[in-house]
Amino acid sequence: MIRLLAVAVALLFVTSLLTGAAGLGVPDPLILWQIRLPRAALAALVGGALGLSGAVLQGALRNPLADPGLLGIGGCAALGAVVAFYWGLSAVFAPALPLAGLAGAALGSAFLLGFAGRAASGPSLILAGVAVSALAAALLALALTLAPNPFALAEITFWLMGGLEDRTLTHLLLAAGPIVLGCGVLLRLGRGLDGLALGEAVAASLGVPVARTLRVAAAGVALAVGAGAAVAGGIGFVGLVVPHLLRPVVGQRPSALLAPSLLGGAALLLAADLLARVAPLLLPLQQEPRLGVLTALLGAPFLVRIARRVAPGGAG
Amino acid sequence: MIALTAAEVRLDGRAVLHDIAFSAPAGQMVALCGPNGSGKSTLLRALAGLLPEGGTPDPRHVAYLPQGARCAWGMTVAEVAALGRIPHGDTNPEPVERALLACGLDGLRGQRVDRISGGQARRAMLARVLATDAQVLLLDEPTADLDPSAAHEMMALLRGLARRGGCVLVVLHALDLALRYADRVVVLCHGRIVADAPPETVLPAAAAAFGLPWGVDPSPRLLPPGP
Repeated sequence: MIRLLAVAVALLFVTSLLTGAAGLGVPDPLILWQIRLPRAALAALVGGALGLSGAVLQGALRNPLADPGLLGIGGCAALGAVVAFYWGLSAVFAPALPLAGLAGAALGSAFLLGFAGRAASGPSLILAGVAVSALAAALLALALTLAPNPFALAEITFWLMGGLEDRTLTHLLLAAGPIVLGCGVLLRLGRGLDGLALGEAVAASLGVPVARTLRVAAAGVALAVGAGAAVAGGIGFVGLVVPHLLRPVVGQRPSALLAPSLLGGAALLLAADLLARVAPLLLPLQQEPRLGVLTALLGAPFLVRIARRVAPGGAG
Repeated sequence: MIALTAAEVRLDGRAVLHDIAFSAPAGQMVALCGPNGSGKSTLLRALAGLLPEGGTPDPRHVAYLPQGARCAWGMTVAEVAALGRIPHGDTNPEPVERALLACGLDGLRGQRVDRISGGQARRAMLARVLATDAQVLLLDEPTADLDPSAAHEMMALLRGLARRGGCVLVVLHALDLALRYADRVVVLCHGRIVADAPPETVLPAAAAAFGLPWGVDPSPRLLPPGP
């Protein structure tokens, strides 16, 4: 299954390099390196980070509804980006936007871990995440109300919907490090997540460091998803849906789900981004549909299907 | 083989157990009995190292099954049993197979634990405990979801493990099972050990702890026809 998913990611990646506004086929090297490569690579990285984070959080919290958005780190990244918009930093210095996003995600993570750190258990982590989300959303709304001109407001709203168009190698270089590091940390959690499947008491009796596992999970998700949101904006549903799509295929053991979810998320976001790019060529659209909007449109029906399968009190 | 001495064991800041001096040697099956809220589960949790008073036992030597343990995911019976190898950090199939056989789960290994009966799921949880190959087993109400014959089978299985040198501690509500299978019955009441005796002599104290009138023996009514 892992091999199959890896092949799918590779195929989608190459297709992504060969598809774009400049037409199909091998493009001009400048277009390939400056436009398509950053875009395809970011789609794979951000999607992989979201898929893996979803699998880790669902395992760590023993909740099939857990999603990276639950921890509010994406909201914090958006807040950082909005601040960069607001002060006009992004107009003066282009990398200010992802940098501010990263800073926002880092602040949010620090707050989350500080808040949940002392008595880390599943519920305290969720509550801390809800608090971070609410705080980020409130500050975001405040920034939007205070936005200096309507144009800034439109730009901010647009950015918040998520997308990968016009991303450069700078974006890729900024985000790749934290995403790869975060995913590396998350991929090592398998054994602890398996133990947690039977509850925190059993996991502790099996020698799993429960509080540490939860903290590492939160930190890894914050790194990977925060960096992704800093360059791609708000992209929802990937982290929630990918583990559910894969469970019937690879089984329900949390550790068996990690690597496939990484690849599945990458494949899903590459495909969604391709769809966003192809849509204006096939449909009478003025511009690409936003990536975050597409993933939500595709994700919601899947979620309804999953909701119907999940047994009462069970995990589907 | 396992011991706990504590003037007080606290749970969420509240003292639940008082003046505890408990130990159990290898080769013994001990039943922990007592009314609801008497502190049986807390004693087991402390012995499992889940409370600060209990120290940190080696998870390869002490295996713990909490009350009502449930798997959050629809993992297979074999996958659940294999979780017992986490303390060893290996995926040795041999002890897992032995545990599955001992629990009579041979034919169910590929079934999802959320799609089998409650009693079968409980046996899968016990298989996970056995797969660790620990010398000390701490089991909280392992017979809770089992029908009478399955409960007797499980108790016989656990006594067999104790006979082969293990140390088995079982929290039980069913006094009849305790009296029939345990080598020693420890009765808790209001957080104190009020009796600690072989099953033959423990009954008066146990009856008093449960608030039963003296001389009432609850066991014969619940026992199946003798062997």
